[in-house]
Amino acid sequence: MNLHQPPLLRRLVSISVLLTLLLLVSAVLGLGLGSAPPQLAESLGVLFGQADSESMTATIIWRLRLPRVLLAALVGATLSLGGLVFQALLRNPLAEPYILGVSGGSAVGAILGILLGLAPFPGVALLAFAGSMATLLLVLILAAGRAASQKGSLLLAGVMVNAFCSAVIMFFISITQDARLHNIIYWLMGDLSQAAPDRLALLLYLLPPCFVLIFLLARPLNLLALGEEVAMYMGINVKTVSYTLLVITSLMVSAIVCQSGLVGFVGLVIPHLLRLLLGPDHRLLIPACVLGGGSYLVLCDLLSRVLPSQGEMPVGVITAIIGAPLFILLLQRSRG
Amino acid sequence: MIPAVRIENLYVSYGKRVILHNLSFQIPDGSFFIIIGPNSSGKTTLLKTMAGVVKPQQGVVEILGKPLADYAKKTLAQKIAVVPQYTPTDVPFKVLEVVLMGRSPHLSLAGLEQKRDLEIAAAAMAVTRVDHLADRRLDQLSGGELQRVVIARALCQQPHLIMLDEPTASLDLAHQVNIMDLLEGLREERGLTVIMISHDVNLAAMYGDQLLLMKEGQIVSLGTPRQVITYAELEQAYDCVLLVDDNPLRDVPRVTLVPKKFLHQVDC
Repeated sequence: MNLHQPPLLRRLVSISVLLTLLLLVSAVLGLGLGSAPPQLAESLGVLFGQADSESMTATIIWRLRLPRVLLAALVGATLSLGGLVFQALLRNPLAEPYILGVSGGSAVGAILGILLGLAPFPGVALLAFAGSMATLLLVLILAAGRAASQKGSLLLAGVMVNAFCSAVIMFFISITQDARLHNIIYWLMGDLSQAAPDRLALLLYLLPPCFVLIFLLARPLNLLALGEEVAMYMGINVKTVSYTLLVITSLMVSAIVCQSGLVGFVGLVIPHLLRLLLGPDHRLLIPACVLGGGSYLVLCDLLSRVLPSQGEMPVGVITAIIGAPLFILLLQRSRG
Repeated sequence: MIPAVRIENLYVSYGKRVILHNLSFQIPDGSFFIIIGPNSSGKTTLLKTMAGVVKPQQGVVEILGKPLADYAKKTLAQKIAVVPQYTPTDVPFKVLEVVLMGRSPHLSLAGLEQKRDLEIAAAAMAVTRVDHLADRRLDQLSGGELQRVVIARALCQQPHLIMLDEPTASLDLAHQVNIMDLLEGLREERGLTVIMISHDVNLAAMYGDQLLLMKEGQIVSLGTPRQVITYAELEQAYDCVLLVDDNPLRDVPRVTLVPKKFLHQVDC
């Protein structure tokens, strides 16, 4: 029999190394290129220490571009991982990181903040976070009473709460006519331009431990993908594992949504793409989503800065413009 | 000898609906124990209760002399392997990956399978004759192959008891005999206690050494095939006319369904 397929550990290491390289290359490109000078050649000088570290070029790269690249990587990683976890947990390929009402709730909070004329940070971000936590709580309470069809009711409760929030958002938009409308729309499309070192520090402390915790639950997640019953027979405490994953993931997504707005499609496309390439084992998919999702958003953000001749477009536009056709292509291929 | 399972005054209900009424019985270690009975007689609930995933409202369930409640979930999964009625195949895991999942109860939280786990999986797949399918995806298997893969996963747990919920349902005749022979072999060679649910009373009579006939959450009859498969007991449980005579191969009863138009030929 064939036991010669590469052991999991070796596959894990080689995939991680490969995707780390991809992330590094994306990060160098993201630091090196921009809508304004310095361009790549000059930037590489700064990056590899051959230029004056006090120069204007160095300031742009380290003060402006670095936080932005880091934010893009963290947002991409979190959304991809969030999508992966929810797709496995809810056993639904269309599940995405905002599914439990995180998007609707934080959007209502953020828009309220923008309308009240609060600063993007901490005002708008805090309201967005509060909004997402409130809806998450609501969805969990709504779904809690019916353990038998837990997953169906979670999904439904999330969709309904999001729909209600959409109505509130539309109402806000319809009564807003001034420049704040532009801010609201940008936020809804996903916007990484508000990156700043002090806000990043929080994410850097919060997110990596969450990634590790989710990775530790990779094998239970594999069993859950085969059904709750199977997981129980294998000695997994299904309730504890599911709720831990639901809460950690929603927390992570809320934390990044309040910094970046609603970046679409990453959480849907990246997990599916990686699943097609690597198979369904979550022990490989979790690190791959973190590294691959991070790279994808760094590159998308780069395009959103470089493509328009003036200014920049929201990164959410790029992720969807690339993401939607890619997704359809994948779907065609997997059918063949 | 300590029984594999001991059940005393067991009550299970879902909400107000009582599923199991005051059951008491024992399953001897190393036996081939088959639970039969009409639909919704509580067979699957009984199996799930013995496997520890349904909590009884009242009563005692002991596995190998120790109350279920005293087992850690993981330890229990090292003693009992369950082959559920239905295995989803929409997640494209490969056969070897699924069989290796049976090692889960023996691994630590983030532990990876070692060479020894791979050897155990290979042995399990050889026994159930799915070794040539190792790289096949679950959704590319036939019903019989899938059932043998799930049994291989169960064996990979190296359990003391194996519980199966209608493992031969939806299989053709050759595969039914094949699965039953496999289970009988495991019982004889490894001393595995086999507990299964079946709708096929003839298979139950041929292979089981202890049968439990249930109806509406209660025991109608418990004993050897000769004791349980009698016209009186079956008629009481299934509420229909059946012909019971002797199996020409083994010294066990044989049951024949009686269509309505042949009812006048049956003498009862």
